[in-house]
Amino acid sequence: MKQVITGNSATAYGAKLSRPGVISAYPITPQTTIVEYIANFMADGELENTQYIKVESEHSAMASCISAGIAGSRVFTATSSHGLALMHEVLMWAAGARIPMVMVNVNRAMGPPWSVWADHQDSIAQRDTGWMQVFAENNQEILDLVIQSYKIAENSDVMLPNMITQDAFYLSHTVEPVDIPEQEAVDEFLPAYEPDHTVNIGKRQGFGSLVMPDNYMEFRYKMAKAMDDSRNIIKKTDAEFGKKFGRSYGGMMEFYKCEDADYVLLGAGTSVSTARQAVDELRKEGKKVGIAKLRYFRPFPYEEVRKLASMVKGIGVFERTFTFGHGGPFYNEVMGALYNDPAGSKPFIKNYILGLGGRDVKLDDVKDVFKNLEHETNNGITEEVQWHGLLKPQEVK
Amino acid sequence: MAKTYDELPIMPISDTSSEGVKTGSWRTYMPVIDLKKCVKCNNCWKFCPDVAIYIGEEGFPHVNYDYCKGCGICANECPTKAINMTRGDSE
Repeated sequence: MKQVITGNSATAYGAKLSRPGVISAYPITPQTTIVEYIANFMADGELENTQYIKVESEHSAMASCISAGIAGSRVFTATSSHGLALMHEVLMWAAGARIPMVMVNVNRAMGPPWSVWADHQDSIAQRDTGWMQVFAENNQEILDLVIQSYKIAENSDVMLPNMITQDAFYLSHTVEPVDIPEQEAVDEFLPAYEPDHTVNIGKRQGFGSLVMPDNYMEFRYKMAKAMDDSRNIIKKTDAEFGKKFGRSYGGMMEFYKCEDADYVLLGAGTSVSTARQAVDELRKEGKKVGIAKLRYFRPFPYEEVRKLASMVKGIGVFERTFTFGHGGPFYNEVMGALYNDPAGSKPFIKNYILGLGGRDVKLDDVKDVFKNLEHETNNGITEEVQWHGLLKPQEVK
Repeated sequence: MAKTYDELPIMPISDTSSEGVKTGSWRTYMPVIDLKKCVKCNNCWKFCPDVAIYIGEEGFPHVNYDYCKGCGICANECPTKAINMTRGDSE
């Protein structure tokens, strides 16, 4: 059934359809309405087999979810920005304890300066926690990703938590037509969660207990391997979802009009939608341009990046976040993926930082970036990392 | 014994309970309750972060020295100053 709903409503529908046993979340702008939509479902008796745990902070929300996960329940939570940062310690615990939970993070800038608008730095800063991390481009993708992510996370070869991110306000508070699948179809796709290890009443056990230096590495290697192996599970699950529901998203990374492209922008989130339109318009002018939509940041799609590098002359990595010290995180990962590329592809690559703190990434911004990318590919680079749209002091002549 | 990664479960699960870990040996200061001053308010029992105080048959609190780490929170919370932190032998 199609409805016109916000990204936060799509999140709540995705959670409801996945039949979680426990939901625990703490409200924070712009995630708050997710908590409210779920509370409505609870009040209306539409989540009769779910316990909704009210907590005093995001740290406690995540701690509740971990405990429920260890008890064998499918769990869901949602947060944003500083709330996610407060969870940092327990995010590590969730991944190390191998709880296959799903969380939606509404990407919002970190303060100060205080901001409630879209920016990817909050989730990028959780890179090393052991969580999978995937960026949604529209409200339908959010809903579909919630359902897909449980299937991926709960695969016995994966068993890692999965964070879905969606852009503040551009998705969280913007309505779009979304197809809400039938519960029966979702149940067929996503059967009940049956974990191998849970706490048992009456049996004394310690979970996540002390490990001496002679075996810590082996446990971390198992996590590393699970994250690596999840790439195939992601692709398989996305394809299976496509067969069942008629929508799939290209697995790790989507190539849009890249087959014959000379210049491609690689980015994530809602600015990809704007870039698609820019590509369509520039194509009419005869420009051979395309978009590589980065979906998964963890695990990183290094094989897809290598493939893209073999196809094009210039790649512009455009991103709504920055790693203080050197360039943007996507840029660093793209460069890192290519150094040991057996094919030895070495296209021109430049980093564009734009749209921080919710500044609009407009059609003309994307066109300007494409123009700059083409020019510098053929005439040499001026600066490795360009802050596009930055208000600079006027040059004195 | 250290194991290879494929021999290990996905996360460490131990079959021993933490009951076997007697943390009383960590103690430097030892709480001693003067039951003559005690008014059975149970503040010490409520505040003990290690559940090392139990209420006996007549409603008086007692310290379980197997687990008491000697933090002194009970003595601080006692309204009648009935708990003294001493350097006496923990047993």
